[in-house]
Amino acid sequence: MISNTIEARGPRPKHLSIGRIGMYCFIVMCALFFLMPLYVMLVTSFKDMDEIRSGNLLYIPKSLSFYAWPKAWGEACTGFVCEGLKPGLVNSLKITIPSVIVSVSLGAINGYALAFWRFKGAYFFFGLCLFGAFIPYQVMVYPLLKIESALGIYSSLPGIILVHTIFGMPILTLIFRNFYASLPIDLFKAARIDGGNFLKIFFYVIIPMSTPITIVAVILQVTGIWNDFLLGLIFAGRDNQPMTVQLNNIVQVDYGVAEYNVDMAATILTSMIPLAVYFVSGRWFVRGIAAGAIKG
Amino acid sequence: MFFKRNLGAKIALLPMIIISLTVFVGCIIYSFVYSLTNSKLIPVFNYVGFDQYERLFKTRKWDVAVENIFIYGIVFTIGCLVIGFLLAVLIDQKIRAESLFRTIFLYPYAMSFVVTGLVWKWVLNPTFGIEHSMHLWGFTWFELDWLVNRDLAIYAVCIAAVWQGAGFVMVLMLAGLRGIDEDIWKSLSIEGIPKWKSYIFVILPMIRPMVITSLVLIAAGVVKVYDLILALTSGGPGYSTTTPAMYVMENFFSRANLGQAFAASIIMFISVVCILAPWAYYEFYFRNREAKV
Repeated sequence: MISNTIEARGPRPKHLSIGRIGMYCFIVMCALFFLMPLYVMLVTSFKDMDEIRSGNLLYIPKSLSFYAWPKAWGEACTGFVCEGLKPGLVNSLKITIPSVIVSVSLGAINGYALAFWRFKGAYFFFGLCLFGAFIPYQVMVYPLLKIESALGIYSSLPGIILVHTIFGMPILTLIFRNFYASLPIDLFKAARIDGGNFLKIFFYVIIPMSTPITIVAVILQVTGIWNDFLLGLIFAGRDNQPMTVQLNNIVQVDYGVAEYNVDMAATILTSMIPLAVYFVSGRWFVRGIAAGAIKG
Repeated sequence: MFFKRNLGAKIALLPMIIISLTVFVGCIIYSFVYSLTNSKLIPVFNYVGFDQYERLFKTRKWDVAVENIFIYGIVFTIGCLVIGFLLAVLIDQKIRAESLFRTIFLYPYAMSFVVTGLVWKWVLNPTFGIEHSMHLWGFTWFELDWLVNRDLAIYAVCIAAVWQGAGFVMVLMLAGLRGIDEDIWKSLSIEGIPKWKSYIFVILPMIRPMVITSLVLIAAGVVKVYDLILALTSGGPGYSTTTPAMYVMENFFSRANLGQAFAASIIMFISVVCILAPWAYYEFYFRNREAKV
């Protein structure tokens, strides 16, 4: 529903009136405001601490200092461990990749079953599942922690993957079901007549047609899981803390001299992956976030 | 016979059914039941009625949290809607480099709340941030000490949040604006109605579904705000920017006061339901019925 009709229609006005010049000025000002934090992050990360203390926040560095980046990457301290963000990146990858695969597969199967194989009561549970998207995490974290302890996976990689799968399920099920419901039903009927069963039709007919919705789902989950802080903090355990949690630990460290250039380099490193997804995927990203906006 | 029909689908949906029942429904029941106890470090069933709720409403910190969430909710929602709509209207003027501007306005939405909070913490830093820049430029009267000011810190949170979320509203609104029929614009210009008037009095009511969607999506995010504030102010100065979500997490994990945390989380849940129920009713029930007729 988003982005189908997003192109502007008709030619641009030929003459630049005063009003239009004013409008351009205004929109450029807005753009500068939106860009300012990113710019400040970048220039700060290339300054040395002397210049940060004495110089102007908004000026470009007088001399490029590459001190902050290697430190943010490999040496900055979180508590007593001084390994920088590197382990966080590895952990975030270890969490994000399996979580995305498991949650998107589950969403696809759920959506497929709900769209084509309705049985009595299925939609009642679908409703319950959607309802889950609106429950604040705070209501669920503690009981879920108890469940995971009982299963013996609390504070481990499988534990956090399960949590991301659970909280991604409502929205993924919804978007896959809506996508499959919009496919021509005759296609499914023909496959049934040809003797396809539940799994065969899914693998040979449905999956090959699912590329667009899968891209949307993957973008939604990759950015969502990468940017997650709360769930990673609680469920991942000390050894698997994702990048966002480590970033916060590095920046909010209570002792020693604050090194703002290292902080900013670390901040940029953490937002690298979602920004890359955003710049590369463009329009797909918009569809993804629009679909995922109701999540937890 | 009954179980054999659609057996594949039933097996496939089993995880969804189990998760919905145990996690979504189960956790709410669990939290509610234990909110009626005086559990401290571990959940014990020691029934005390609604004492925890009574205590919750008497706690000064909770009052501050609720007050903050109201300020944040109102400023953030209105800020996002107004700025998002304004940007969408500007982008809709057949401007040059449209996709560049769209990219610029939306990129903050790709950032995590933690990153957003830390960046703004640096920009608004009273010693080295924007205030310092303005002083260096000679505007010595300029003051921007929001992060260390008890009364203004919550507005700093609002600025960061609007910066992050406005682009998203812009995208939704722009989709609405691009769906407006060209003929309507023609007839409006024949009537000689100024453009700004047309936007506010004619077009805005026409894209009402998009406005409502944006409103609901933003409002649903308000109650959950946690990471952003943790990164930006850590709830301070003092506890002046604490929110219900922070109150819950604190009582769970650092103050070992489970009963309070459960009670507060149930209140959070009820308020989300109150915001979303009318919309969900409209979206899923009313619309479906309309579609069938």
